[in-house]
Amino acid sequence: MLAKRIIPCLDVRDGKVVKGVKFEGIRDVGDPVELAQVYNKQGADEIVFYDITASYEKRGVMLDVVRETAKKVFVPLTVGGGIKSIDDFRDTLRAGADKVSVNSQAVQNPELIRKAADIFGSQCVCVGIDAKKVADNKWTVYINGGRKDMHLDLIEWVHTIEKLGAGEICLNSIDADGTKEGFDLPMLQAVCNAVSIPVIASGGCGKIEDFSTVFEKTGATAALAASLFHFGELTVGEVKQHCRSHNIAMR
Amino acid sequence: MIAIVDYGAGNIFSVKNALDYLEMESELTSDPNRIQNADAIILPGVGAFPSAMKALKERKLVKVLQEESKKKPFLGICLGMQVIFEKGFEFEPCDGLGLIPGSVEKIDAPDLIIPHMGWNKLEYNIDCPILHGLPEESYVYFVHSYAAVVKDEYLAAYVEYGTKVPAMVYDGNTVFGAQFHPEKSGDVGLQILKNFGGLIK
Repeated sequence: MLAKRIIPCLDVRDGKVVKGVKFEGIRDVGDPVELAQVYNKQGADEIVFYDITASYEKRGVMLDVVRETAKKVFVPLTVGGGIKSIDDFRDTLRAGADKVSVNSQAVQNPELIRKAADIFGSQCVCVGIDAKKVADNKWTVYINGGRKDMHLDLIEWVHTIEKLGAGEICLNSIDADGTKEGFDLPMLQAVCNAVSIPVIASGGCGKIEDFSTVFEKTGATAALAASLFHFGELTVGEVKQHCRSHNIAMR
Repeated sequence: MIAIVDYGAGNIFSVKNALDYLEMESELTSDPNRIQNADAIILPGVGAFPSAMKALKERKLVKVLQEESKKKPFLGICLGMQVIFEKGFEFEPCDGLGLIPGSVEKIDAPDLIIPHMGWNKLEYNIDCPILHGLPEESYVYFVHSYAAVVKDEYLAAYVEYGTKVPAMVYDGNTVFGAQFHPEKSGDVGLQILKNFGGLIK
């Protein structure tokens, strides 16, 4: 049986791990290569590096992080943040990433999804989405780290990206992100119902039960968390043990 | 030396990284002579069946792989496992390397999430030397939308995903095929690669 995945996300700026709470108040917490190894030992099913390096010129630093991690950690690595072109996809995959996550740029240039899927395969194209509720059962898509409302209907968007060949969706709820009140279950379920590609739940988890709940109440195949793991509030191992006790298949 | 066949497909560096980590000597190559001189062969690959076969043909690797895989340990990974079979049906019918009887077809399951992506638990079938010494609960990492259709006598391990999805195939001699990615399957995957290296005479 396919296990549900627990995915720690490392926000990386200029080669160092950071975590923005509601995308603000960033502070440094460590070396990404080292943290990736720690999470690997804890049983992380996948590791996400999210590059928030502001200047495009410094992007090479992120590729070095990926290259070093790929020599030491043998679980899938996903890299997102600032991916703008097919060349960015290629460079990131060549550095050792297994998947590339594209967010704002996919909204502004959906053809990028199709091209990347054609050239590199759907399996490595993950589309990240930041969405916010506007009415009951209605959400719109934001870009630029949740700052700009594109007035694009979430469900319409996930249909589009599935058709374009995306292999996976990482769905972040702007309303839930940073609140620690649990994943945005209605939004996740709406997206899981709309597509047949895997959906990763992101944003809002604050306690161990939030993980079992998201797998019991929605069709999400993976759950992603950042600060919860790297401030040591929970280990990946504890989360997996808890989910197992709820009869959720875990590696 | 293990030849990792470089035919422009997929994340070949991951396989190289894993073998380096295990201190197993390897080389990325598309040179038929290097493949002939290697002690073992790994055929990685991510992408589509017809484009992989086309790339192998362009590099004049089809015959050498067919011949050398009979003489030394050969491991196909993911798409590299799929092209082991006689025929693929991704986009269009296409001949494979034909190292093991069988074909590759779209996973047919209306209620399932496709691709089959993530960690799934190996269920063992026929004895297979590169699966020896693994924990009973062994999860390995998959990402694919097509799966092998193969006779039970070649099926070393499968996973449950709506149906029995072939995970490891074995011709009983030198040819192995892993639908999952051992190079991305943590300690279990590293053990499988180590076992494979251990077959080198």
